[in-house]
Amino acid sequence: MRLTCPLCGTRDRREFYYSGSEDYLNRPAEGAPIEAWDDMLHLRTNPAGVTKDLWYHETGCGSWLLVTRNTVTHAVLATELVAARKGGAA
Amino acid sequence: MRIAAKGLIDRTKPVTFTFDGKSYSGFRGDTLASALMANGVRLVGRSFKYHRPRGILTAGPEEPNAMVEVLDGASQSPNTRATVQEIYDGLAAQSQNRWPSLRYDLLSVNDLAAPFLSAGFYYKTFMWPRAFWEGIYEPLIRRAAGLGRLKPQNETASYEKAFAFCDLLVIGSGPAGLMAALTAARAGADVILAEQDSVMGGRLLSDDGTLGMPWVDATLAELRALPNVRLMARTTVVGAYDQGTYAALERVGLHLPAAPHLPRECFWRIVAGQSILATGALERPIAFDNNDRPGIMLASAALTYLNRFGVVPGQKVTLFANNDHARQAVRQLMAAGVQVAAILDSRADASTVEDCPVYLSAAVTDTQGRHGLTEISGTHADGAFKIDTDCLLMSGGWNPLVNIACHQNARPIWREDIAAFVPHSGMVPGLTAAGAANGAFSTHAALREGADAAVAALTDLGRTATAPDLPQAEDAPYRLQPLWAVPGKGRAWLDFANDVTVKDVKLAAQEGYTSVEHMKRYTTQGMAPDQGKNSNVSALAVLADATGRGIAETGTTTFRAPFTPVSIGAMGAGGQGAGFAPQRYMTSDQASRDRGAPMIEAGLWYRPSYFPKPGETTWRQSCDREVLMVRSAVGVADVSTLGKIDIQGPDAARFLDFVYTNTFSTLPVGRVRYGLMLREDGFVLDDGTTARLGDTHYLMTTTTAAAGQVMRHLDFVHQAYCADWQVRFISVTESWAQFAVAGPMAKMLLNALLDQRIDDFPFMTYGEVSVEGVKARLFRISFSGEEGYEIAVPTAYGEALFRDLLAKAETLGGGAYGMEALNVMRIEKGFITHAEIHGRITAFDIGMAKMVASKKDCIGKAASQRPGLMGPDREQLVGLRPVTKTEIGAGAHLFNLGDKVERVNDQGYVTSVCWSPTMESYLGLAFLKDGRARHGQRVRLVDHMRKTDVLCEVTDPVFLDPEGAKLRA
Ligand SMILES: [Zn+2]
Repeated sequence: MRLTCPLCGTRDRREFYYSGSEDYLNRPAEGAPIEAWDDMLHLRTNPAGVTKDLWYHETGCGSWLLVTRNTVTHAVLATELVAARKGGAA
Repeated sequence: MRIAAKGLIDRTKPVTFTFDGKSYSGFRGDTLASALMANGVRLVGRSFKYHRPRGILTAGPEEPNAMVEVLDGASQSPNTRATVQEIYDGLAAQSQNRWPSLRYDLLSVNDLAAPFLSAGFYYKTFMWPRAFWEGIYEPLIRRAAGLGRLKPQNETASYEKAFAFCDLLVIGSGPAGLMAALTAARAGADVILAEQDSVMGGRLLSDDGTLGMPWVDATLAELRALPNVRLMARTTVVGAYDQGTYAALERVGLHLPAAPHLPRECFWRIVAGQSILATGALERPIAFDNNDRPGIMLASAALTYLNRFGVVPGQKVTLFANNDHARQAVRQLMAAGVQVAAILDSRADASTVEDCPVYLSAAVTDTQGRHGLTEISGTHADGAFKIDTDCLLMSGGWNPLVNIACHQNARPIWREDIAAFVPHSGMVPGLTAAGAANGAFSTHAALREGADAAVAALTDLGRTATAPDLPQAEDAPYRLQPLWAVPGKGRAWLDFANDVTVKDVKLAAQEGYTSVEHMKRYTTQGMAPDQGKNSNVSALAVLADATGRGIAETGTTTFRAPFTPVSIGAMGAGGQGAGFAPQRYMTSDQASRDRGAPMIEAGLWYRPSYFPKPGETTWRQSCDREVLMVRSAVGVADVSTLGKIDIQGPDAARFLDFVYTNTFSTLPVGRVRYGLMLREDGFVLDDGTTARLGDTHYLMTTTTAAAGQVMRHLDFVHQAYCADWQVRFISVTESWAQFAVAGPMAKMLLNALLDQRIDDFPFMTYGEVSVEGVKARLFRISFSGEEGYEIAVPTAYGEALFRDLLAKAETLGGGAYGMEALNVMRIEKGFITHAEIHGRITAFDIGMAKMVASKKDCIGKAASQRPGLMGPDREQLVGLRPVTKTEIGAGAHLFNLGDKVERVNDQGYVTSVCWSPTMESYLGLAFLKDGRARHGQRVRLVDHMRKTDVLCEVTDPVFLDPEGAKLRA
């Protein structure tokens, strides 16, 4: 498997650390009901098809990447920097 | 028998080798199989289940019979295919799966027991009674199972692994592969041409057809001259993986006498923009009774032995075939002077025009010859026949080698016109099949498809290429009438390697195993080292017939990587011994070893366990001495393994407030604070001290264990939640060597060493100092409970500082202390490590709930306040002290007095223990339900591993100096 880091280019998957769902990006605001935290922390859809998840270019540039890929075909459809995504600021 | 003036072997270079201890000679360019055949050796192995005598069936890596053990120094490589292994001077090979000898194999009695060894034998026989499973059945099965043997020693031979990248990977160097490579190479693409054989050319080396060697030589010469082409012979592509990644195994030293500078094999990961599957096709056997005797082989194999190696497989040859192509073999054998007794063609309407007798509507129904074929019998259009022959060639048509295309779970499609499975586009993204692998069997069609596939692949890569003019080549139509199995009463082999016959497949179908995947597992067809390359299609055709379904409907089993067996040594190249994991050494490493310290692993780091003194015979003696030394004088320990993260920027303080539960924006410059970090789910991630070096500059320390994890976490929090904040951080762990100096004489030692005095340097202070002019960082922190400092210098000065610190400490009655003493002292003080914060622990559990600041948000705050993560039901950190001086162990569980020792009554567990020479008692840290309310009570500590049951008193986790008077001194 290979992923294209927007900063480093196409790299072998051994350079990356897999973290999990993109849901972790959607941090509830302070004071949000506990259900919102439960959703973000625990509830996953596990799709057969297109999914978005987080990968860390651990032995590369240290960027967190949002990767769009297909769990059925294994096609990687897009990679973007978590830091550069819209609404990325707290 | 060798034929004059034929073959690509070098007859000026004789080679001597042994097989089963007997010496033979061959020529450079021979495989073990061709050399044995040239020496008249027909019997080369015994079959897996029935121990039937077996000869050579094929001339390639798909060989199911001729598997041998190669002895190479300390190594013994089992299941080496004699058809692949090249001979070299001194090669020693032996047959396998026989005892005491190949000709007289006692287990060949299995052959007589054949009626009992049919499909599902194991499942039916080794069922009852259950008590027999482990003691009787398994040893019995294990003794009989398996082909070759391994040596029981560790593998010492060397292997390598490597990465390669290219625009176009061409798999196979037959007419399609060569043409594809040439087309792409001329267009300037970066091309890798991988060929499993030792010589490039594929079937062109064997066919002796219209195209032949001159074109192969000219093409290879042109490719070799181009800088953008890499020719990789002896390299088998064994698997197709995601995003154009292919695994390949190169035989580097296996064909040469022992060469210490060469690895045996190299495991490649090849990343290709596009790839072309030009793996050709495999001829398939025909199943008829006793079709497994030495001397019965594939027609195409005979052609290869003749043209490639100048060897003929027999004196009086017969052919049994269902297609036109197979006749090439007997025509060329006749041209070379070999007598051909008959062509037996299963078709009624085939041509009879040959220079030998041709019989139509023919079927071979039995064969004779104990250790080698002597006679065949059967029927043809004119009635029954018996023919004396020592070599029967068979051809049931061709199976395109589609394996690699199927490695990502796509299935090939059945083509009725050629009675074969072929790949289709899109099975593996970027991979296109061409030539025989695609069902295009003529040489002309292969050349054309190779060129076309390369042009298309380059177009996909955004390049332009034009197909070269194709050379003249044979373009005969492929005429075949399917024939899978000749009806008979005896055993007709489908899978030679695993001894699976037509009867077994029919029995499986009869007993309900009608799915091809079930049939495979019930009969073990396709599960031998050849993975069914010679038998899968025929077996499923027999199954289709037995179940009344079509072949397309029956479908294939799953094709899995690796295409041919890969030694574990090659896949794990570089990972043996010290190569298993990186090793990180502290600057004090040599000095510690010089003092006899045993080193222990802490993550990837190596740290001194203790520093033995003369007369000390156990670690405990050294450890106890070191603890008392620190508590009474001064000790020095290297703590450089702690993670150090340099954090800078106008928003650095704000960022720390966000990642720590407590507040760092209020920390004055020059001060140090203990910090607690949570995961977003509310559990403790790590702890450590962070110093404020300047207004916008902090230095965070992490535990050794969690340094990488914390860095990853900080990167995530920053990039995901506050990318616009002006803060940057970097790991400086390896830039600084840091030493703890602890004990009542710590200040005295430092005053003697530093360029300035530190008389006024309060607890939790940071300052810049210097040692002999070298700038150093000094932190007043303590992990031992004593007055403690940590001094950090640039790594280059680490070893010198360590030696100086020790020398000075020793004049004060102090010295070095290791991990054991460090651990004892932190337990005495109730300081936690990752033994306590193991991932299921909250701030509440360790008594730090108040450290989660109420005035600000932080990572993990909301989740840490969820119901269930606080309260008396939680197991809380406590100290434990055995009521009598009894040893206790970590991992033990706690029970209330009077309760039955059962899981439901479990009250908690022990995380850390030590013998405290200071308190003269064993001490433990534990998590106990509602523990903070139970100080002073007694619990029962039960350790099923160490078989102990100890009464303990529950205490505060801080055993020593709870007011902290010593560390503030
Ligand atoms: Zn990167």
